Amino acid sequence: MSDPRGTEPSNVSSTVLGADEIILNMGPQHPSTHGVLRVKLKLDGERVVDSECIIGYLHRGVEKIAEHRSYQQFAPYVDRMDYVAAVSNGLGYCEAVEKLLGTEAPIRARVVRTILTELQRIASHLLWLGTHALDIGALTPVFYCFREREEILKIFEKYCGARLTTHAFRIGGLQYETYDGFEQDVKRFCEDFDHKIDEYETLLTENRIWVGRTKGVGILSAADAIALGVTGPVLRASGVKWDLRKAMPYAAYDQYKFEIPIRETGDTFDRYVVRMEEMRQSRLICLQAAESIPAGPIMARIGKVLKPPPGEVYHSIEAPKGELGYYIVSDGTTQPYRVRVRPPSFINLQAFDKMARGSLVADVVAIIGTIDIVLGEVDR
Amino acid sequence: MSHLLPPSILRLVLPVFYAVVIVAVLPLLAGYIVLVERKVMADMQARLGPMRVGPHGLLQPIADAVKLLLKEDIIPDKADRLLFWLAPLVSVTMALLAYAALPIGPAFQIADLNIGLLFILAVSSLGIYGIVLGGWASNSHYSLLGALRSAAQLVSYETAAGLGLISALLLAGSLSMKDIVIAQYDQGIWFIFYVPIGFFIYMVGSIAETNRAPFDLPEAESELVAGYMTEYSGFRWSLYFLAEYANMIIVAGIATTLFLGGWLRPFASSHTALPGTSIELLDALPSLLVLGVALYCFYLAPKQPVKIQKMVMAMAGGLCLIIAGVLAGALFASPAVLQGIHGAFWFLAKVFTYIYFFLWFRFTFPRYRFDQLMRLGWRFLIPLALVNLIATATALLATREWGGSLLLYTLLADAVTLAVAIFLAKNDEVDSAVPVMDGE
Repeated sequence: MSDPRGTEPSNVSSTVLGADEIILNMGPQHPSTHGVLRVKLKLDGERVVDSECIIGYLHRGVEKIAEHRSYQQFAPYVDRMDYVAAVSNGLGYCEAVEKLLGTEAPIRARVVRTILTELQRIASHLLWLGTHALDIGALTPVFYCFREREEILKIFEKYCGARLTTHAFRIGGLQYETYDGFEQDVKRFCEDFDHKIDEYETLLTENRIWVGRTKGVGILSAADAIALGVTGPVLRASGVKWDLRKAMPYAAYDQYKFEIPIRETGDTFDRYVVRMEEMRQSRLICLQAAESIPAGPIMARIGKVLKPPPGEVYHSIEAPKGELGYYIVSDGTTQPYRVRVRPPSFINLQAFDKMARGSLVADVVAIIGTIDIVLGEVDR
Repeated sequence: MSHLLPPSILRLVLPVFYAVVIVAVLPLLAGYIVLVERKVMADMQARLGPMRVGPHGLLQPIADAVKLLLKEDIIPDKADRLLFWLAPLVSVTMALLAYAALPIGPAFQIADLNIGLLFILAVSSLGIYGIVLGGWASNSHYSLLGALRSAAQLVSYETAAGLGLISALLLAGSLSMKDIVIAQYDQGIWFIFYVPIGFFIYMVGSIAETNRAPFDLPEAESELVAGYMTEYSGFRWSLYFLAEYANMIIVAGIATTLFLGGWLRPFASSHTALPGTSIELLDALPSLLVLGVALYCFYLAPKQPVKIQKMVMAMAGGLCLIIAGVLAGALFASPAVLQGIHGAFWFLAKVFTYIYFFLWFRFTFPRYRFDQLMRLGWRFLIPLALVNLIATATALLATREWGGSLLLYTLLADAVTLAVAIFLAKNDEVDSAVPVMDGE
């Protein structure tokens, strides 16, 4: 039998039986659409013939709000986009404005930013792993993942008082000095975390059912991934070695040794492996950075009122979900003329139809999970 | 009771009495299995589980039941009202009907049918009508998909599970549930030791039949919301729920009867009396076990944070103490009473052990996909069950023709079956690259 995956499914059986295709609305209230995503599926039996993602249920006009706030005032808003990776959002925005101002945060601030951002990457990937496993039917890993994520959130809370929408960084550096024992907390977490990842892998990686549910599901070729503008682990699992931390280093990433994991096939299993390996690499970065945080000031001299010169800037970072870019236009006043965000989830979601066509309903939830979307970021 | 009524009337009264007991106790039992399930799940997931209602959540099932009964009963506008109303009743009636032939003790059986096993299998398979009708009557896509999955799954796995059961039937030589247990007593060994692979196949098949994870596709929460139950709420929903847990106890009861010696205690055929008395050593085991539980409850009671929790915990301990007393008291009663009470204890203990495995699997494994489920059923379990059946029959024949130990022959048969299983699994790995979906 030829492989029906990826080709147009045959309608022979359905025409003989006189059955029609059915339209299934998954979401916006559905246990595994990760928020308020609505997927309209056209089904032939259980096979997906066509799919359409309908978004916008969580639109808050974040970009428009920016035009009516000063540069500093807008910083907390970006935390609400990808709310499970608030620190990364904040880093991207602060660095973009710094670039617009033509300044740079002091080295101590940049190292602390790197540590917190990498911890956030681990936290975001843990949330992804837990919910992805839950979607595929493994009920237990999510609790283990949240147990470790809790440790990271505790570090955030100790540092800046908030756990989820942290607003950890300020334009020009950091608001707060690190607390006593920050390095030890980070190191302790990283040391414990190593065998915790092994624990998740024993539950999933070798599991026949897990492999069966993820291998060959939602394949995205490298050419398609590039054509659709997909970034982050989804792109790297398709075999493209592109990571902004290496390609265009920001913060203090050029100082640390780490690998960019890639895989070849671009299926759900590969994306799983890539993210697991990324957590290990993030752990290594945190360990190296926490080893020696340079002394010095934590804030650049930028003044209290920010009036960037007229002009425009695009700055992007490697957020846990992919390339997070900020395009900011300044007209020389205290408020940005325009802020445009390039959210990784939104653009990665465009690959959904490509991945889902010809697969089964059960695969659809696996594919939504593997893209790792946060609707706060998709809709803004 | 035999002193009060003449045997001719007793024969009529006793089954009715048992039936009333089962129908009254089962919902409560199902509720507490849910509590145990949540506790086991919490234990495996590094958390506490229900803790609020009663000490360690002991009153949670009652609170849940009250909540379900008081809930608004919603029938969707476009549903087929009659079938929507009928479907859960079909499910729960069939599940309860199957208890008629289940021997909980040597005397505790509503009806000892000579085709007992067939009756149970037939009736519990009818329960699928409840699911299919409910899924169709709801007039919802999720429900319909759930019902379709359920029907296909039951047909596939009933076959495999049935073939697994036949291997034990060959050894027993009877379809009467009671005679099957007695055969295990006479042969001095539980059939699981003769046909472990038959037991394994039945176990996998029974998980699939009862729609439990990793085969819970008909109600896969993350895919189909709640499958065939999506549109149900309140009391109707709780009927489906009851049917599911009743079915779990049924399949566990079948496995216990056919493979695990039914109501027999371990080493039922060896009789070692305590020196100086007629009490058998192993008969003291149940009361000692329950006594242990009672002592643990008393140990925990003072540690409870709230006064009422201390009291309820102490009451739970007291209840266990009473049960232990009854179990111990049975030792001094007539053999019939002893067998009745201890039989029920061992039967329930085995049933719950079997259900514990269900829970364990649920919290460990991801869910199969529909095509993979079908492949596992048709291309692994059914061929394996057939090979196992032929091997077991050959072993029986060899014992009859040449004499010698049946256990030795069955071990050989198991080795052959295991080799086939490995071959099938390897073969499946190669094939799994090709999805078989169209035309199914």
